[in-house]
Amino acid sequence: MKTIIFKTASSYLLPLLLLFAIFILLRGHYLPGGGFVGGLIAAIAFVIHSFANGIEKTRGIIKFHPGFLMPIGLSLALLAAITPLFTGGALMTGLWFENPVPVIGMVGSALFFDIGVFLVVIGVVLTIIFTISETI
Amino acid sequence: MSNPYIILPIIFQLFTAILLMFFWTQKNIQKAISVALSVVTLGISVWLMTIVLKNGIYVTQAGSWEAPFGITFIADPLSALMVLLTSIAGLAVSIFSVGSVRNARVRFGYFPIFHFLLMGLNGAFLTGDIFNLYVWFEIIIISSFVLITLGGEKAQIEGSIKYVTMNLLASAIFLTAIAILYGLVGSLNMADLSLKVAKLENRGLVNVTAILFFVGFGIKSAVFPLHFWLPASYHTPPTAISAIFGGLLTKVGVYALLRVFTLIFVPDEFMVSLISWVAGLTILTGCIGALIQNNIRKVFSYLIVGHIGYMIAGLGMFTEAALIGTVFYLIHDIIVKTNLFMVSGLIFKIKGTFSMRNLGGFYKEYPKLSLLMAIPIFSLVGIPPLSGFWAKLFWVESGFEIGNFMLVAFIISGSFLTLFVMAKLWSEVFWKDGDKLPKKINVKYFWELKPIKRVAMVFPIVFLSLISLYIGLGADHIIQLSTIIGKQLMDTTPYIEAVLGPITELQP
Repeated sequence: MKTIIFKTASSYLLPLLLLFAIFILLRGHYLPGGGFVGGLIAAIAFVIHSFANGIEKTRGIIKFHPGFLMPIGLSLALLAAITPLFTGGALMTGLWFENPVPVIGMVGSALFFDIGVFLVVIGVVLTIIFTISETI
Repeated sequence: MSNPYIILPIIFQLFTAILLMFFWTQKNIQKAISVALSVVTLGISVWLMTIVLKNGIYVTQAGSWEAPFGITFIADPLSALMVLLTSIAGLAVSIFSVGSVRNARVRFGYFPIFHFLLMGLNGAFLTGDIFNLYVWFEIIIISSFVLITLGGEKAQIEGSIKYVTMNLLASAIFLTAIAILYGLVGSLNMADLSLKVAKLENRGLVNVTAILFFVGFGIKSAVFPLHFWLPASYHTPPTAISAIFGGLLTKVGVYALLRVFTLIFVPDEFMVSLISWVAGLTILTGCIGALIQNNIRKVFSYLIVGHIGYMIAGLGMFTEAALIGTVFYLIHDIIVKTNLFMVSGLIFKIKGTFSMRNLGGFYKEYPKLSLLMAIPIFSLVGIPPLSGFWAKLFWVESGFEIGNFMLVAFIISGSFLTLFVMAKLWSEVFWKDGDKLPKKINVKYFWELKPIKRVAMVFPIVFLSLISLYIGLGADHIIQLSTIIGKQLMDTTPYIEAVLGPITELQP
């Protein structure tokens, strides 16, 4: 689908969708959204880019193998889950910073868990898509 | 007692898997990490077992949400024992994989997935929440799907189709049963369910749910009418993978049956007779199936089915002595079955075939290795001082006590058939004069491997054989342990009180 309209649109859609993904990720604690959905949206942003410009170009903007996001995301989620263990609390107990961060609001360990999920989902989806489109 | 650190066996396996993913392409580093951290996990499991035996049941509430609402993790003696056995078998298979799994498989993530599988197993054993149990089952089966197809050989894909289909079906039935149960009582915490299900008036629906659970777990643990997928798939993946599957995966089903049918649904007369018949027929079909097989791994696969029948029979008698026997046999069976699949892998690496007809003369050529392999083979049969014997003593005794002679007959004939199968295997593989086998090109033979790989293949067999010998000769200790567990399976009050607090306050 290498039409000029789609190509032009995709270069604007990529940053927009990525921003939207981050918005969904941050919104997810009390409202619908969260790491999983956010990760899917971010992955879709790259998928659209690869449809319009070819897989090689998309690889060029990501620069490293997307599969590498999986262990990073998993470690972030694991760290967020086990941090309460060091203070004697139960696994996955929510820990919160005392003061709200501007724009984001209250930040706690749940957010880091969600960011971990976000990264894992991007890594998994992009690895699958890149592998499939390579073999075709 | 509350202790947040009982979750460590799960966390540590996850940590190992993540660490391995960072070294995706370096196979030697992966092997070193897997073995080293498996040793640490074994240490953690031993610690968990000792504190549980010393101080009683430990509980932690994930996310600090109170008991019937959040997810409970609980380490009672049975869970701690299963975690310990998983760690022992996991360590052995991890070392065996260093020697036997091909580099191509390692490059596609064999070791991380293997540790995800172990994490799922530990999670299933430690959770105290029925829906969480389902989630851990999913983690186990997804990891096992990857492991069974990894490598993509033709036979493997064929076996995995049967495996995947049946296990997905089992999960769907299990999930349906959970949904009905939740609709009935509105709770998922197993201790809470235990109290609430006992009070339900609608016994018909409770029985239907119980049977759905029995079918779901029954497919997973391969009991009589639902066992065909197991012998059709377990002989296809590499031996290291069949070892962990044969040793542990079906036993998760048995563990779940033991847990659910002692805690939530206490079997009534109908369930007891259903379980007894299923158990008896499982023993018979498994052992008779093993008689006519030629492939060593298929023989062992059928014997898994037959011996699952023994454990279910212990549940079917539903007396304290029978449950003690079941727990004892569970300990014995996990160690021995893992070991036997590794033995079959070693035979294949030396001779280049799994076929009993073509094998032969093993004893003449390798007398020391043969004597080593004799330990798991004769432990499985249960020749008296060895480990398979003691559990049967408990079952036969309690079978006579409650007058269930049908099951006693099945158990004794099952033992006899196992003896026959193993004697046949021993004479075919070890004693018979074998022809010189043609050299296969695509097999890397044992003597062509590097010395360290050879050690990595023999050492785990020695390790598990020593444990088998200990279970048989030091049966006193194991019986003491099984007695503690058997008592707690019959009287679940300590389990419920550990999760929900003193029981007198709960009842109006």
